[in-house]
Amino acid sequence: MASLIGFYSLIFGLFSSSVIIFLSILNFRNTNSFDKKILTFTSLQLFFVIVSFLGLIFSFINSDFSNETVYNHSHTTKPIFYKISGTWGNHEGSLLLWLLVLTLFIFVFLIKSKEQSKQYRILTLLFQQVIIIGFFIFLIKTSNPFNYIFPVPKEGLGLNPILQDPALAIHPPILYLGYVGSSIIFSSTLAATSLNYISKKWAAHIKIWVLISWIFLTLGILLGSIWAYYELGWGGFWFWDPVENVSLMPWLALTTLLHCILILEKKLLFTSWVIILSISTFTLSMCGTFLVRSGILNSVHTFANDPERGLYILIFLFCLIFLSLFIFFFLHKSQDNKDYNFFWLSKETSILINNWFMMYFLSVVLIGTMYPIFLEVITTEKISVGPPFYNKLIIPFLIPFLFAMAIGPKLKWIKSNLQDKMNLIILLIISFLLSLLIIKNTNLNFLLNTILVTSGFYLFFITLRDFFIKGFNKLSQNLAHFGFSLFILSILLNNIFSSEIITNLKIGEKFQKDNIEINFEGVKKKSINNYDTIIGKFKIIDFNGSEEVLEPELRIYNQPNIVTSEADIKTDLFTDKFMTMNLVQNEDYFNIRYQVKPFMIWIWLSVLLISLGGLLSLLNRRNEN
Amino acid sequence: MKIKIFLVFIIVFFLTVFFVLYKGLQNSNIYTPDTSQKKDIPFFKTKIFYSEKMISSEEIFKNDKFYLLNIWASWCVPCRDEHAFLLNLSDSSDLELIGLNYKDKSENAKKFLRELGDPYDFILSDKDGTISIEWGAYGVPESFLIYNKKVVKKIIGPITSKSFLELKKVIK
Repeated sequence: MASLIGFYSLIFGLFSSSVIIFLSILNFRNTNSFDKKILTFTSLQLFFVIVSFLGLIFSFINSDFSNETVYNHSHTTKPIFYKISGTWGNHEGSLLLWLLVLTLFIFVFLIKSKEQSKQYRILTLLFQQVIIIGFFIFLIKTSNPFNYIFPVPKEGLGLNPILQDPALAIHPPILYLGYVGSSIIFSSTLAATSLNYISKKWAAHIKIWVLISWIFLTLGILLGSIWAYYELGWGGFWFWDPVENVSLMPWLALTTLLHCILILEKKLLFTSWVIILSISTFTLSMCGTFLVRSGILNSVHTFANDPERGLYILIFLFCLIFLSLFIFFFLHKSQDNKDYNFFWLSKETSILINNWFMMYFLSVVLIGTMYPIFLEVITTEKISVGPPFYNKLIIPFLIPFLFAMAIGPKLKWIKSNLQDKMNLIILLIISFLLSLLIIKNTNLNFLLNTILVTSGFYLFFITLRDFFIKGFNKLSQNLAHFGFSLFILSILLNNIFSSEIITNLKIGEKFQKDNIEINFEGVKKKSINNYDTIIGKFKIIDFNGSEEVLEPELRIYNQPNIVTSEADIKTDLFTDKFMTMNLVQNEDYFNIRYQVKPFMIWIWLSVLLISLGGLLSLLNRRNEN
Repeated sequence: MKIKIFLVFIIVFFLTVFFVLYKGLQNSNIYTPDTSQKKDIPFFKTKIFYSEKMISSEEIFKNDKFYLLNIWASWCVPCRDEHAFLLNLSDSSDLELIGLNYKDKSENAKKFLRELGDPYDFILSDKDGTISIEWGAYGVPESFLIYNKKVVKKIIGPITSKSFLELKKVIK
């Protein structure tokens, strides 16, 4: 029943789109004020999509297996929380979520943009409706979440156990808010470009949307990483997996856009940058959808390999690209402030430098992700691009990037104040000595690593110092940059000081290496709702005096029948102790992996700081308004 | 003028990207790492199941055709699931099915085959499991598709309807 309502709501939602488009075109021609009916129908459309989404949630809660999506992804013994999160843990449901956020955002946009010109609002709505219709048809034609199956199966196939996790339950909605937020930026940029509407006022208004999607995208990626860290059991948090990359690319474009918008708002510069970046952010998000949903890549995110779906998104994506190209080349008249004199040591220059660095990083990730596909098509050779590629291409450029980031916001002072210059140099020397001290005791490549860590510390100290000098002035920028420096430093130190022990142990055995002894004390068995679990008990004795008990788990899920390995992680302020165990088939020993990872928690905290910076900036704007 | 050339260039670029991605969609994306693929099969000598004769791997895989080496045991429950697929595959004349009976009692194994049918053209025994280890098997069941003395494809766990279709496709 719920499914039926859900399906018809979808049809009505699509129908509302055509009404909205019709009304908008009428309203656009007549120069009267904004037609209230448009808003009514937009809210109606939102209502239909919400009903449809609730319909799917209800089918999941009631375990209504006459619904194909529910049958494929749910099971009666699953906890209620995962029944609900299972709604978007699959291809069909997650697309419905896309649609929900799309319609929600355009509704909020219409309400919040009353002071903008009527034509601009309507045109934005029109572009957004094009995207919405695209998704409606995609959903109904190729991935209907409400397919009916008969005879009704008694039991569902269950949700993939590695997706049954709290972090992953909220990861998709948060990430989607980020992705889909960029659709508003895309539509409004296209509208503003065609109407020649780009101005400081427009920048101030669209900046809010940039900030919102940027914050959600950052948090969404963070959640995904945290999940990968403790669930996949490899002890890393970023694997340069193509699916991770497709979320990183829009983030890079969006971050650059955020910086450009700030300049556009103050100085009316960089209009072309802003347009191109807005377009690329959304097309990169769509491109990500294409890559993970078409099955052209294989990963945890590939829900179904259906070339028909891939083809649809591909065509849709390229229609949007060509539409934006057309608008950019034929309708865009440069608004840049012509009288403005570029002083080579100005804030604008530093933003421009930042832009080019970001574009470089973006292209590295883009090439690393797409090249294997291209190569396979052209030569049928399969390669996989992994961390060494990214490390080699990104790390050397990170050094000047970090220095530029440290000095960039200070360029004005450099020409004015001698005292500051001295301070900057002193800080540089301190950072250098500090990193010298750290790197000296390791057997890493001395020169590269010292400079790298120096640049990290330098940014750290400079942003730290800014808190004292500037106080609450520019707090959001400081916080975000400080968070970024902390982020880079934690990653660097984490990489340098991580250690790992891999061994096979039977119950009761010991293993000793360096200063650490691992005692395998025993296993417990437990039966929980939808899985059985084997919990190992390990005592880790560090000869420096500390002792720790770690209890990694092996879970055997009933439906689908999959064994997952749950890491046990003991976190404190400076190190994470990470342990996983795996059963070796037909043998009586377990494969044990014990890792000590310093500063892990700081990686997460620093990303939170970065997004907090964005949030502060958003709240600041609210107050100003 | 300059802009026009630029525009044409960009359009051509995007069309190429479109074309390549379109082509890429039609490729199978089932990825097996290159290292484990096309490895030479290991050399071994073992007893034939129904007789006491010894045979070497070179004699078994000498012909120019596909071989499917299936590691099985009567005590292995998933082996029962895949048995139907094996029976189906045994009808195909392009494929020779070779069973490798893993750590099994010969009596139980014979009973298993009487019950479910014998799909194999040939059965070898691997009493102590060493041959399976040399093949790099993770457990039972596991199947290796062999062509020209190379492992073309490896199926870990029981053959499913999906891997069954893939096998058929490869053999064709």
